[in-house]
Amino acid sequence: MTAEAVTATPAWAMLAYLVAGVLFILSLRGLSSPESSQRGNRNGMIGMAIAVITTLVLHGVGLPLILGAIAIGGSIGWFIAQKIKMTAMPELVAGFHSLVGMAAVLVGCAAYLNPAAFGILDAATGEIHAVSRIEMGLGVAIGAITFSGSVIAFLKLSGRMGGNPIMLPGRHIINLGLLVGILGLVGYFVTDQSPWVFFTITGLSFIIGFLLIIPIGGADMPVVISMLNSYSGWAAAAMGFTLQNTAMIITGALVGSSGAILSYIMCKAMNRSFISVIAGGFGAAPEAAGGKGGGVQKAYKAGSAEDAAFIMQNAESVIIVPGYGMAVSQAQHALREMGDLLKKEGVKVSYAIHPVAGRMPGHMNVLLAEANVPYDEVFELEDINSDFAQADVAFVIGANDVTNPAAKTDKTSPIYGMPVLDVEKAKTVLFIKRSMGGVGYAGVDNEVFYMDNTMMLLADAKKMVETIVKALGH
Amino acid sequence: MEFLSILSIFVMACFVGYYVVWSVTPALHTPLMAVTNAISSVIIVGALIASSAAAGGSETSKWLGLLAVVLASVNIFGGFAVTRRMLAMYKKKDKKPAAAK
Repeated sequence: MTAEAVTATPAWAMLAYLVAGVLFILSLRGLSSPESSQRGNRNGMIGMAIAVITTLVLHGVGLPLILGAIAIGGSIGWFIAQKIKMTAMPELVAGFHSLVGMAAVLVGCAAYLNPAAFGILDAATGEIHAVSRIEMGLGVAIGAITFSGSVIAFLKLSGRMGGNPIMLPGRHIINLGLLVGILGLVGYFVTDQSPWVFFTITGLSFIIGFLLIIPIGGADMPVVISMLNSYSGWAAAAMGFTLQNTAMIITGALVGSSGAILSYIMCKAMNRSFISVIAGGFGAAPEAAGGKGGGVQKAYKAGSAEDAAFIMQNAESVIIVPGYGMAVSQAQHALREMGDLLKKEGVKVSYAIHPVAGRMPGHMNVLLAEANVPYDEVFELEDINSDFAQADVAFVIGANDVTNPAAKTDKTSPIYGMPVLDVEKAKTVLFIKRSMGGVGYAGVDNEVFYMDNTMMLLADAKKMVETIVKALGH
Repeated sequence: MEFLSILSIFVMACFVGYYVVWSVTPALHTPLMAVTNAISSVIIVGALIASSAAAGGSETSKWLGLLAVVLASVNIFGGFAVTRRMLAMYKKKDKKPAAAK
C-alpha cells in the first residue's frame, strides 16, 4: 500500500483527463466540414492544455525547467508551422511523427529507470508490474519503429534521399526475424526485467522501423505516411496503458484508427493490398512493366499554350486534374489564375482529385485551398468521374497514373483495378507533361497520350500554365 | 484503475475513432493528419511525470523526460499551428479572395 497509494490519481484529475479525451474526439469530429474545422482545432488545443495543466498540478516539481522545455519546444514548433510551405506538408508531417515516436521511446526509458514515479512498481517484490512490462515493452517498440520509419519517410519525401525503393536481399526474412525477436523479448521481459532485455527491444525496433520503410518508395508514400500516423497513435496508447491515463488512451486509439483508416483508403485507391505495400518495391522495374509495344515511339499530338488557351476559351466546361507534378512545380497559384480567367469567359471550371494524387492524403486539396480555389469547386473521384463524359476539356496537370485507362482494361498492367479518373471520355484532353520520356511512378505508359483527342503540352507545369494565362489575357 | 477497465476505455475509443474519422471529409485529410499528430503528443503527460519526479528517482530519467517534453512541445505547438494555418485557407466560393500574389 505504499508506492501505489502515493501515486494513485485523485478523482478530479481523472475527470480532467477524461474531459481532455472528449475534447480530442470533438477536435476530429470538427473536421467533418471546413466550416466547423477551426472550432475543432480549438477544442484540440483546449484538451491539450487541460491535460498538461492537470499533470503539472499533480506532479509539479521542478517547474522552471519544465516550463523552459515547453517554451523551447513550443517556439521551435510554432516557428516551423509559420514558415513551412504547403507543398512541404508531407515531409513536415513525417518529421512530426518521428518526434512522437522518439518522445514515446524516451518516456518508456524514463519509466523503466524510475518506475516508482509512474506508479508501476510492485511494492511487494520491488519489481515492475508484469502487465506494465508488456505495455512498456510494446510502447517503446512501437515508438522506436515510428521514429526510425518516419525519419526515413522524411528523408525520402524531402528529397534528401532517393525516392526509389531500396531492396535488400532476403529482407522479408530479416524483417520477420526481427519482429519475432522483438515480440519474443517483450514476452521474456515479463520474467526478466534486466536492462539488456529492455534496451535490446528498443534497439531492434529502431532497426526494423528503418528496414520496413527503406524498400517503399514513390507512389506508396501516402500509405507509408498514414501508416506511421497510425503507429504514433498506438505508441501513445501503449504509454497510456502504462500510465493508466485515459486522455492518452483515448487519443492513442483515435489517432491509431485515424491512421489505419487513411492507410486503408489509400490502399483501396491504388487497388493494392496493405501487405503488398508493406512488402515494398513498387515501381522498381519501370522498363519491364505493362504497356504493349514499349520500344516503339508512338505518335502523339503536341500543342502550344496558345492552342490550349483557345480550346479552353471556347469550351463550356473544363475539369482540371492536378497531381503531384503540380505540387513539384508550385503551379497551383498560376492554375487558379487560369481558372479565374476561364470563369470570366463563362466557362464552368471544376477540379477532380484522385485520393492518391500527391504524397499524402488530401495533399492536393490543401494546395488548391492555399491558392484560393474555393473548396466547393473541388471534387473527389467518385463525385465527379461521371462528369468527364459531358466535359469539353479535361486539363491534366502533373498527374499520370491516376488517369491511365489501362487500369480499367489491361489485365497485365501493374495498376490494373485501380480506380482512375476517366479523362479520356472528355471531348478534348490537354495533358501537361514535362517530356514524353518519363513515365509515372508505376512505370506504365499511358495510352491517353496517343489518343486523337489528346493534345500534349510538353513543358514545366508552372511555365505552361503561366503562358496559357498570358494567352487567355489577350 | 484495473487493467480491464482501461482496456474497455481503449476498445470503446477505437470504435469512436473509427466512426469519427470516417465522417471526416476527404478534402481535410491533410489537416486531419496534422491535428492527429498534435494530439498524439499528449504523450507529453508521461514526459512531464518523468521530468518532475526527480525526488527519489533517477537523474537520467528526469533528463530523458525533459527531452521528451521538448520534442512533444515542438509537435503540439507546431501541429496545432500548422493545422490552423491550413484550415484558414479553405474558403467557400462567394467570398472573392483578395488579389493573390
